[in-house]
Amino acid sequence: MTSPDLDRGHIPSSAWKRLQNRALSDRRWSAYTLWAGIVIILLISVISFGAPLFGFTEPNQTDLLNTLAPPSWEHPFGTDDLGRDVLTRVVYAGRVDLTFGIITTYVSLFIGLFIGALAGYFGGLFDTIVMRLVDLVISFPFIVLILAIAAIVGPGLTGAYIGVLVVSWALYARLTRGEMLAMREKQYIMNAQTLGYSTWRIIFIHSIPNLLRSNLVFSMSDIVLNILTLAALSYLGLGVAPPTAEWGEIIAQGQKHLFTAWWISTLPGLIIVLVGVGFSLVGDGLADRLGEHGGGA
Amino acid sequence: MSILTYISKRLAQAIPVLLIISLFAFSIIHLVPGDPVHVMLGSHASEESIATLRNQLGLDKPLTTQYVEFLTKAIGLDFGSSLFLRAPVGPIVVERAKNSASLLIYAVIVSLSIAVPLAMLAAVRRNRLPDHLVRIFTTVAFAMPAFWTALLLVLIFSLRLKLFPTSGLGQGFPDRILSLTLPAITVGFYLAPVLLRSLRASLTETLSAEFVEAARARGLSEGRVLFKHVLRNSLIAMITVLGVNIGFLISGAVVVENVFAIPGLGSLMVSSVISRDYPVVVALILVFGVAVVFVNLLVDLSYAVLDPRIRL
Amino acid sequence: MNQNTQPSNPGQQHDGPLLDIVDLTIGFADARGIVLAANQINLEIQANQTFGLLGESGCGKSITLRSILGLVPYPGEVVAGQIYWQGHDLLQLSRKEMESVRGLDISMIFQDPTSSLNPVFTIGDQIVETLKVKLKMSKQDAQARAVELLELVGIPSPEQRLKLYPHQLSGGMRQRVMIALAIASQPRLLLADEPTTALDVTIQDQILNLLADIQHQTGMAIILVSHDVGVVAQNCDVIAVMYSGKIMESGLAHDVIQTPRHPYTRGLLEAVPTLEGAGQHHPLKSIPGQPPNLADLPPGCPFQPRCPFVRDECATITVQLDHQLPEHGSACPFVS
Repeated sequence: MTSPDLDRGHIPSSAWKRLQNRALSDRRWSAYTLWAGIVIILLISVISFGAPLFGFTEPNQTDLLNTLAPPSWEHPFGTDDLGRDVLTRVVYAGRVDLTFGIITTYVSLFIGLFIGALAGYFGGLFDTIVMRLVDLVISFPFIVLILAIAAIVGPGLTGAYIGVLVVSWALYARLTRGEMLAMREKQYIMNAQTLGYSTWRIIFIHSIPNLLRSNLVFSMSDIVLNILTLAALSYLGLGVAPPTAEWGEIIAQGQKHLFTAWWISTLPGLIIVLVGVGFSLVGDGLADRLGEHGGGA
Repeated sequence: MSILTYISKRLAQAIPVLLIISLFAFSIIHLVPGDPVHVMLGSHASEESIATLRNQLGLDKPLTTQYVEFLTKAIGLDFGSSLFLRAPVGPIVVERAKNSASLLIYAVIVSLSIAVPLAMLAAVRRNRLPDHLVRIFTTVAFAMPAFWTALLLVLIFSLRLKLFPTSGLGQGFPDRILSLTLPAITVGFYLAPVLLRSLRASLTETLSAEFVEAARARGLSEGRVLFKHVLRNSLIAMITVLGVNIGFLISGAVVVENVFAIPGLGSLMVSSVISRDYPVVVALILVFGVAVVFVNLLVDLSYAVLDPRIRL
Repeated sequence: MNQNTQPSNPGQQHDGPLLDIVDLTIGFADARGIVLAANQINLEIQANQTFGLLGESGCGKSITLRSILGLVPYPGEVVAGQIYWQGHDLLQLSRKEMESVRGLDISMIFQDPTSSLNPVFTIGDQIVETLKVKLKMSKQDAQARAVELLELVGIPSPEQRLKLYPHQLSGGMRQRVMIALAIASQPRLLLADEPTTALDVTIQDQILNLLADIQHQTGMAIILVSHDVGVVAQNCDVIAVMYSGKIMESGLAHDVIQTPRHPYTRGLLEAVPTLEGAGQHHPLKSIPGQPPNLADLPPGCPFQPRCPFVRDECATITVQLDHQLPEHGSACPFVS
């Protein structure tokens, strides 16, 4: 939106260039984050779910003649103590981790949205109780809560799913309730009830842009958090059990050979970081697009 | 209102929260599918030992009686006996809490020394190269699994440079500090991006406040404006951010204690969940709950000390 | 126009204007594009003078004022022009040199006294800090001087007030404290950015009278930035009217108020209940249309969309005053 005919004959061209570069670099940064993130996520998802198409055949194919082999062209991430190709295991592990991250995040988003909307709309005792619970869940160390759930349900993927769901609905509930309250205030002023629609519907429909914005932006970091949580649980021996490939499990299995075969534990971590960065970039990009913070001046 | 009335009022507010936590802790054993005693002792246990354990845990009494007994005992730090360690839970927890507390404090110091300068840099040079670099750092650090960071640090600093031990806690203060350094860096690094994000936002807000411009217009040097006026104002924000993320911090420490085999509450929690040592699990949930409530109380109190606008 | 490019010796009495702003242009750039918040501003401020910079919010008057002290925030910067302070171009100063000009030769007070004092330090801390840093006073001297300063700006029982935090004072008192801070070093120029806008009407007059008193005693010059025609008309010797980054009209206050030449100035004056004609039944007019969007200005005169005298040629003119101060200049070649 640069004004075309700025009266600027008196401005030295060096100063004008500086302003133009500033405007351009600002635009570039926010334009690229979203796409960079989407490309990373798509790339890793496609390779992971279409693994055989890319030549990754069998994650648990052992090769006892070729154990603890360092990274090479044939085995870019090396092999583990059973001679399994680490990269293949990482690729297949992606299925478990990405599925876990996305399902836990969007199921808890849905639960949180529902509870938060009700609390924000009805207020009163229900709201008080729900928000007390939300505060408690948010401030409590989430891993302890999830470990407690694992103690009840028993270790394994099911326990991890339940545990993460029990924890992560709360932030969405808080976000949604805030938006609903704000909307309800506005609605009272506008007094739109007179139009004959139910207030509930008006508030909910009108809140959707704001709800989408805050919840969707947050859900991107939540996916990262939930994947990291599953990896941590598996690392601790309470999540996905061997021999199923999972990122935390691979790293845990490699730890006993850390000093002799560093690649088993370290290289898979790079993929976790890449995935995390991808989702965070999408989140940042969305925040920019959806106008959470309009740029400067 | 005097500070004592304020504290007692806040404590009173904490009671319902503590009750909910205690109810959750209490109900764990009852939520276990099937007979918890069978689960604990395994399928080959004799009828006799099952009856003994059931009686020992008080599971043969009515639920309300059980809960009341559980609460009264818990207040006296009596959490029963660990099935696995075959010792009273109370003293074990207290001993291990010391190690965890040292790790947490050390980690907070590390985390703040990473987050505060970087947040300052990002806020002062907002939307310019330093800010973008800090943003990249935040994004990458946020995506790093704590246990993986720990392994990287061990590889570099223990194996290659031989600066720190790989696991456990040494004897004596200097040794302990040395042993806790890598774990503290790991936890600090895990928490840093979360602190950094909030601090950058709050510092940006403070920097755009009129009193900052007024201080500059008065001819105070940029260093004085930043390190005296802005930083002092952000202290409250820092404490708030720390308080809000106390759960995140503890979660990181729980995982990291296991990587470095530190005899703390986190490693105890994990081993107890694995060995189905329910009395210990229950005790630890209560301890973590009380710790969180206590820290939040401290945070609230610090506002009153730091912000002259808040009067008790 | 005074093109005083010869730097005079420091300390030597300079006989041009105290402050001479030449072709000052300030640009801002972000993802939305580039705007010129101030464009070819020319101002001359003489010692002992009160100079009024009048305009609606967003016209660039505040940023012009800030540029004098080098306080244009990123992503903005001065892209052209000079600001001569007693013959020296302030824009050529290093950061350190600028820091020593601020609060010593030139001071500033702000719109909102509630937020222009640091809330976590006492009034005394803030005054003493400034005196120690800027005037190299000892702590004892600074404390004694702080009491004097508060007395000077009319704050009763100053010793007790020094121990208070900003939120414990009223808005008017806080603005007095800001003034005390600003005049601590007896500056030759005071920049006042809407100093009374956030205050009650009765307090407004007290503050403006206080400023006039201090000016009378010290001979300092004041640049008073305001959107309030009444405040500027009553307190200023010279007035410049700004619109979308341009000076539209300037001259002696009396001339500009009595015989406004530019349609925008006329509009502004008509929008005010007349000073003399209070009680008469003048219908209050406001300038039709929206304040300008700096990112989307029409070619030529920026006031066209709102101007009652608009004509085709307006799109082709260069906005430029036909006379420079002290004469009465207007940037509209068609209406006079």
